[in-house]
Amino acid sequence: MVSPGLDLELSFSQALQGLGLSPEAARLLWLPLPMLLVLVAAVVGVLVSVWLERKISAAVQQRIGPQYAGALGILQPLADGLKLLFKEDIIPARADSLLFTLGPVLVVIPVIVSWLIIPFGQNLLISNVGVGIFLWIAFSSIQPIGLLMSGYASNNKYSLLGGLRAAAQSISYEIPLALAVLAIVMMSNSLSTVDIVDQQTGAGILSWNIWRQPVGFLIFWICALAECERLPFDLPEAEEELVAGYQTEYAGMKFALFYLAGYINLVLSAVLVSVLYLGGWGFPIPVEWLAGWLGQPIDAPVVQVITGSVGIVMTVLKAYLLVFVAILLRWTTPRVRIDQLLDLGWKFLLPLSLVNLLVTAALKLAFPVAFGG
Amino acid sequence: MTIATTTELICFLVLSAVVVLGALGVVLLSNIVYSAFLLGGVFTAVAGLYLLLNASFVAAAQILVYVGAINVLILFAIMLVNKREDLKAIANLGVRRAVSGGVCLGLFALLVRVVVTTPWNLPGPPAVGEEATARIGEHLFTDYLLPFELASVLLLMAMIGAIVLARRDVLAKDVVTGETADQALIEKARTPLLLERRSS
Repeated sequence: MVSPGLDLELSFSQALQGLGLSPEAARLLWLPLPMLLVLVAAVVGVLVSVWLERKISAAVQQRIGPQYAGALGILQPLADGLKLLFKEDIIPARADSLLFTLGPVLVVIPVIVSWLIIPFGQNLLISNVGVGIFLWIAFSSIQPIGLLMSGYASNNKYSLLGGLRAAAQSISYEIPLALAVLAIVMMSNSLSTVDIVDQQTGAGILSWNIWRQPVGFLIFWICALAECERLPFDLPEAEEELVAGYQTEYAGMKFALFYLAGYINLVLSAVLVSVLYLGGWGFPIPVEWLAGWLGQPIDAPVVQVITGSVGIVMTVLKAYLLVFVAILLRWTTPRVRIDQLLDLGWKFLLPLSLVNLLVTAALKLAFPVAFGG
Repeated sequence: MTIATTTELICFLVLSAVVVLGALGVVLLSNIVYSAFLLGGVFTAVAGLYLLLNASFVAAAQILVYVGAINVLILFAIMLVNKREDLKAIANLGVRRAVSGGVCLGLFALLVRVVVTTPWNLPGPPAVGEEATARIGEHLFTDYLLPFELASVLLLMAMIGAIVLARRDVLAKDVVTGETADQALIEKARTPLLLERRSS
């Protein structure tokens, strides 16, 4: 049930070739567009989630939250960003200025590049790379290096310890995360995010992976929260108890980069949860059925535009529902201790995800129809 | 020359430059932390080279294993035992450097000879591209099963060794000779810090 869907690149390239450009030049002109779009989408996503964070935390604590900057304080995140942008960029005197600058950059870049594989529709993604979800796991493993680098370069023992803790947390939750993803990959026989979503589009909401992988879903969500350093796992920052970890010496835009990376990572993880477990761009009732009931051919241009828009809306909606859950979790749960964190990761989630993988393999062999044989 | 091949050539040149210069930096820099970070850069550039060869799975695995795991562990080790002490001056440092440099140059000459004399342009099977992931899996579980399992046993041994070293279970007596073991290194006498400071 794979509809050709919208192919913007093809139309764009045909239009340019009509103007007398070679196909390669057309592709060269096309390439920056989706990249720019995704960069803008990621940053806007951060602004939205910062606003949500402020408003929802206010609601949880029975405050009003920001309300003067724009309607309902909607321009507050923009004001925050501008404030950080205009702050003085301080590099501590004895710090290693090169590594100090490179650290935040190394934290941000992998997160932004990971948006490469996020599909908003059959052809609405930057690049349908075959290794898809594996690429994301590989990129997210670069982040600890940035954390270690900034912790070390600050020349501050609290920063160094914070960096080591953050890296330890990041690498210990990567393993259950990867194993949970592996179970999904086993069911859909592909690493590509598009194939993973396609495999969930058969019967709308009933064919979503969450029904077949409930344990994997929970493992993935917990690990994603830990990777994003969100409460209850925000030990590296722990602003009330510790000095703020590896970010202690940072100010201005470099600090903002950490902030940005955290929120982009949150939105990215939420989108990936929706891609892996909640049917990605799929509407709870398959759009093909709806088009059939309305007597519209699925290839008609109008239907395709509507399908594409529904896909984007569904992906964003599911992702922001999960962001909402993450924000509620942040403002309702207490922080775990470092030993509890490591125990949970290594002694509970890791064995559980291994068992989940084994059970999935067994079910795949036993019921190949339901578990993607 | 088309745009695609030009891009590929530029990418190849940049990546090779990063690999060569980065590797030289890893060896020659005196600050070990810089060396470790540069090593991560070299690993990433090698992953880029794999990508140019249409081996995207190997490239991602290279980043995951070498950059994400091995390099992070190296950094951990360096930062946890980061003692800033000056090493003792070694006698005849110049001679030692000259000798090791000579050995390295000899190895380099050998490698250059191999590179020049080997016919690289073999008529092999065409690149499989995205199918490589499945192909690698098949090979790992059929004809490369033994090396794969041996590597896992090796890693297991390393892990058990690390756990044994890291655990602080102390034996009072030497297991072999039965004598009381010297525990001066393991147990420090408890000295309350505050009392000491007050007395001084």
